[in-house]
Amino acid sequence: MTALPGQAPSDGIRGDTGAPGGTAAGGKKAGTGKKAGTGKDGRPVSTTNACRMCMPLGACLAFAGVEGTVPILHGGQGCATYIRRYLISHFNEPLDIGSSSFDESATVFGGEADLAQGIHNLVTAYGPQVVGVATTCLAETIGEDVPQILTRIRRGDAHLPEIIGVSTPSYAGTHADGYQAAVTAVVEALAGDEPGDGVTLLPGIVSPADLRHLHELAGAFGVPATVVPDFSDSLDGPIAAEHPRLRPGGTPLHGLARCGGNIAAVTLGGLAAPGVANAGELLHERFGIEHHRLPLPIGIRLTDDLVHVLTLAFGHGPAPWVEAERGRLVDAYVDGHKYLSGRRAVVYGDEDLVVGIAAFLSEIGIRPVACASGGRSGNLRSALRTAAPELADLEDLQVVEDADFERIDALTRETAPDLLVGHSKGYPTARALGIPLIRIGLPIHDRLGGQRLQHLGYRGAQRLFDQIVNTLIEREQSSSPVGYAYM
Amino acid sequence: MAEVLAARRGQVTRTGPAPTDLVCDRRSTAGSVSQRACTFCGSRVVLYPIADAVHLVHGPVGCAVYTWDIRGAVSSGPQLHRLSFSTDLRERHVVFGGERQLEECLLELIDKHSPSAAFVYATCIVGVIGDDVEAVCRSVAERTGIPVIPVSSEGFKGTKRDGYTAACRALEQLIGTAPTDGIARASVNLLGDFNLAGEIWIIRDYLQRMGVEVVANLTGDGRVADIRRAHGAGLNLVQCSGSTLELARMMQEKYGTPFRRVSYFGFEDMAEALYGVAEHFRDTTMAERTRELVIEEIQAALPIVQDLRADLEGKRAAIYVGGAFKAISLVKALRTLGMRTVLVGSQTGNAEDYRHLAVLCDPGTVIVDDSNPRELAAFLVEQDVDLFIGGVKERPIAYKLGVAFCDHNHERKIPLEGFVGMVNFAREIHASVTSPVWQFVPRKEQARGTSTFSGKRS
Repeated sequence: MTALPGQAPSDGIRGDTGAPGGTAAGGKKAGTGKKAGTGKDGRPVSTTNACRMCMPLGACLAFAGVEGTVPILHGGQGCATYIRRYLISHFNEPLDIGSSSFDESATVFGGEADLAQGIHNLVTAYGPQVVGVATTCLAETIGEDVPQILTRIRRGDAHLPEIIGVSTPSYAGTHADGYQAAVTAVVEALAGDEPGDGVTLLPGIVSPADLRHLHELAGAFGVPATVVPDFSDSLDGPIAAEHPRLRPGGTPLHGLARCGGNIAAVTLGGLAAPGVANAGELLHERFGIEHHRLPLPIGIRLTDDLVHVLTLAFGHGPAPWVEAERGRLVDAYVDGHKYLSGRRAVVYGDEDLVVGIAAFLSEIGIRPVACASGGRSGNLRSALRTAAPELADLEDLQVVEDADFERIDALTRETAPDLLVGHSKGYPTARALGIPLIRIGLPIHDRLGGQRLQHLGYRGAQRLFDQIVNTLIEREQSSSPVGYAYM
Repeated sequence: MAEVLAARRGQVTRTGPAPTDLVCDRRSTAGSVSQRACTFCGSRVVLYPIADAVHLVHGPVGCAVYTWDIRGAVSSGPQLHRLSFSTDLRERHVVFGGERQLEECLLELIDKHSPSAAFVYATCIVGVIGDDVEAVCRSVAERTGIPVIPVSSEGFKGTKRDGYTAACRALEQLIGTAPTDGIARASVNLLGDFNLAGEIWIIRDYLQRMGVEVVANLTGDGRVADIRRAHGAGLNLVQCSGSTLELARMMQEKYGTPFRRVSYFGFEDMAEALYGVAEHFRDTTMAERTRELVIEEIQAALPIVQDLRADLEGKRAAIYVGGAFKAISLVKALRTLGMRTVLVGSQTGNAEDYRHLAVLCDPGTVIVDDSNPRELAAFLVEQDVDLFIGGVKERPIAYKLGVAFCDHNHERKIPLEGFVGMVNFAREIHASVTSPVWQFVPRKEQARGTSTFSGKRS
């Protein structure tokens, strides 16, 4: 992509402003900093501590949010197990992912028979309504024609449930791309235009608590929303007397059937690599449904945007509690603003979340000085510019796509912020530099309750706001020689 | 056993008058949701703790991401093993090959971190796209002057066990490449101990008190220089035998180094391991020191354990861990706590270990190889289990059913080896089993016939 004047190119530019400890901040210095590595423009060739997961992980997460769906990965056994382990450590919830368990002969002669057997065994064991098949880099590299294979498998057994395939080779994108690709595949396969009088919400990767809140917020307009996907129960379910065959919850299949017949569809976030189709656009093209693209509703202004779109779609405002929550949030902003004024933050993680969080920080008086993501949509900077007026022409805001934690660590050392905002993998940097880490997003591997972190809506902003203010107060309090016990 | 897929029937058995030999050491059944990972995982777990080496995962980014600093394998010095290095292959590499990318990454990382060696892990697609990893490693080794060792760990190549083999072959390339001057006769290598939560330091302390020199840790808190002279040791102690027994056999053949299979879990096996060392070196002073050590340690630990046992007596336990040899120790350690094992299994056990388990466990115990969440959940309920010992993937299965849990996997932060480890083990189990939270879980509420929401309160 071409770099706009005054900004760093945002695709594949890990070394754009120089090495760890490089002097000047500012995107203008793209490619002119101290050499950080042996690659082009001083960009390191290797990746150290990646700030992203792989595409199949995102696909599994999306499939886990569809009613009665069991995911299976077409590839080696390890992919499924590693992804389960990674997600289980975040959600503290069982998550079963099948595998076609490629062996050497499958790698040479193709894994069709193994995939067929895997699907049959999953159907026997779980009795799913849908099997979600995501590919891995191995299956794609040996050239498996998975759509054809799935057609043959379906043809071979009329009793099989719905089978949805999605292409998710690790080398082609991030978990966020895999997530969106799978959501689109689900919508493509299952969406219908049965008449509905609610809205279809298509959020990027958010927490089960966020998904529950989206239901509440959209439900405040009087009609239950269809949220795709919805792993609010499947990945944050109550304790049970028995181990159910299928995880509870997920976007109901009857809800998907009216996805295209609802009064509007809203994509929340949706930044993805070029070539990854967007489910909302698909709904619009196929069913002519009104489609809006908004950033994740984090903070007052971005939540206002969603409320505004929904108000227009429904022709009336939400239940009074929504405005009351907003009012309390503004009240809190006022109470806490002085603790935040002029503070600076480094934000990292999924692009959707980085945009929403940066916009939120901007409206409470904290200046994002660096925004980094392992994603490579090529649109992170433009999305930031439009998400908040404060970000529109921030000369010294460093925006880095395709970043790893070596890069994020360097950015943090260089900008010396008051806060790091991102998932738990930034902890080594936070610890080394003594900077408080506000944990958001996925993964949260070093704290309990990652699945309950709420970011969205006025309520999510309230939680984040209190946490951020209190983190800064605590820092001052504990480093003060006086030790005041009042604010 | 309705929960067991037909293809897996041979991998499940029950102890009793006519127990059958377990089918094991085979590829996971497709679609069975195995708790196992892959060949890459096997190699990665064995080599990961070598702290002064660059561990470069050659492939797309996923395999490196999921193995970034996820284990409790601690180092007393360098921390290089805790970084996740990847060649991060992209579409263009898949099309045009990744050799150049690999070479550039190696040179860059070796220059940046000055490691004592580099391991290059091949992931699934590396062979498929035609990369000659060995050739690149050879060339980089020549240019940089450090060992650069390819690990043939393509995920599809077999099971996790085959990954252990690939790791042992990689270690084989290092061993025997440095002089062994000054190594005492009474000396050992510690194989298959990964220094989780500092466990290898406990064992080294015991050995030191006995007068035994440790030459190389393989691989917990491991150093390349030590490993290169490991062939100078008088004896190999092989824990986690599934992963490093092959290396011990290789060293016996190549260097004549004898080995003993040991386990450091539980009083019995820990003491047996130390006595075995003293016996091996036929040193009466050492034997005397060992006796004193064991008495001293057990005298300190036993009262604590017995105190905890009072609350655990008669409880029913399930075990599902990586290797079956460890499971054997755990069954014994649970007995020390008055607990009975009613379900036991492993990802990678061999026929001999499973036979041993079948003899050791009480009748009616379910034994499973390469199990999955559905089976484990069903057996937890059927066997009315009070405590499950496993790893991260097993934890939510237990918790969701309201079963207490003890983490005995590579993530653990509490040392469970040695006599002191047995105390920690007992405390861990006690802390979970005796928690008041279980009163609220549906299984217990059902048993009591109470439910707040149906108006029936006790």
